[in-house]
Amino acid sequence: MRTAGITSRAHPLWLAYILHRLSGLGLALFLPFHFWILSLALTDPARLDGFLAFTEIGAVKLAEFGLVFLLAVHMFGGLRLMALEWLPWTPPQKTLAAGATALSFLIATLFLMQAV
Amino acid sequence: MTSKTLSVTIDRGAPGPDTFDVPGHDNQTVLDVVSWVQQNADPTLSYRFACRVGMCGSCAMMVNGVPRWTCRTHVSKVVQDGAVHIGPLRNLPVVKDLVVDMDPFFDKWVGAEGVHHGTLTRDDPIAAVDETSAARVEANAGIECINCSVCYAACDTVAGNPDYLGPAALQRAWTLLNDAKDDGRLAILDAVSGSGGCHNCHSMGSCTTYCPNELDPMSAIAGLKRETAKSFFRRGR
Repeated sequence: MRTAGITSRAHPLWLAYILHRLSGLGLALFLPFHFWILSLALTDPARLDGFLAFTEIGAVKLAEFGLVFLLAVHMFGGLRLMALEWLPWTPPQKTLAAGATALSFLIATLFLMQAV
Repeated sequence: MTSKTLSVTIDRGAPGPDTFDVPGHDNQTVLDVVSWVQQNADPTLSYRFACRVGMCGSCAMMVNGVPRWTCRTHVSKVVQDGAVHIGPLRNLPVVKDLVVDMDPFFDKWVGAEGVHHGTLTRDDPIAAVDETSAARVEANAGIECINCSVCYAACDTVAGNPDYLGPAALQRAWTLLNDAKDDGRLAILDAVSGSGGCHNCHSMGSCTTYCPNELDPMSAIAGLKRETAKSFFRRGR
């Protein structure tokens, strides 16, 4: 009988795993809906315009932000997993790679902010 | 600190956990606490230990939900508001109180071909081992495993799939695969690429995080994934 909870999951590697898994599930649920909406451009343009009007609503804009976040998290999670399993890197090499990715992401975001 | 009393809850199966008041001391390990309970409060408490210095791997338990070697875990590091919760290792059948049946763990060790595949006899000269070769460095990284089953208890994949060989057995397979004196390459790759093999691993990393000897079974399993994939694309060579 076990009454103490499993707290052994509270570490970065496990959190990275669950973030990757949940973002993947979120995308799997969303993408069929997304493609169905896009298909309306061919089958029912008037209805598509109705949906597009939704995107002006603040809450929907926020949800779209969430989707981009899910995509980004899932992509980085996948890249991380492939590097982890396919590249026999030493821990310092992994740290360097993660640092380089974070730095380039920061610089790219700065350029993006300037453009906006 | 010396006079402080610890509230120690120990999981004991039906009818439920027991709570004991244990005198606190400086330099007190979780195993000391369990021993105090057995010697002073309840002689029927069953638990397992042998060396008390982190070599034999027999005293691992769940401490506040985390698998730990109790003989090298100071109470001061894990105590929360004067309380500690101790239970039997996760993912293994409980025999009684804090004692688990380690058979599934050791059976999987053999199931992963974690046995010596020798080529020489005692009459042959001892083969030289190049300590600096890349393969030997990989093998050396995993040889300090003490079979304590902490990684096995930490792994959610083991919890979800009873057939999964688990981190310790797979790490031993990876060690032998890189050992110049072991000739079991095909047998090992075959054993670790089956339904309970290395490809079940989701790289959650709890094995590497909680290994008391700071080994890295997750990276060892990643090595097996690479080797089995290479072997598949080379058609078994």
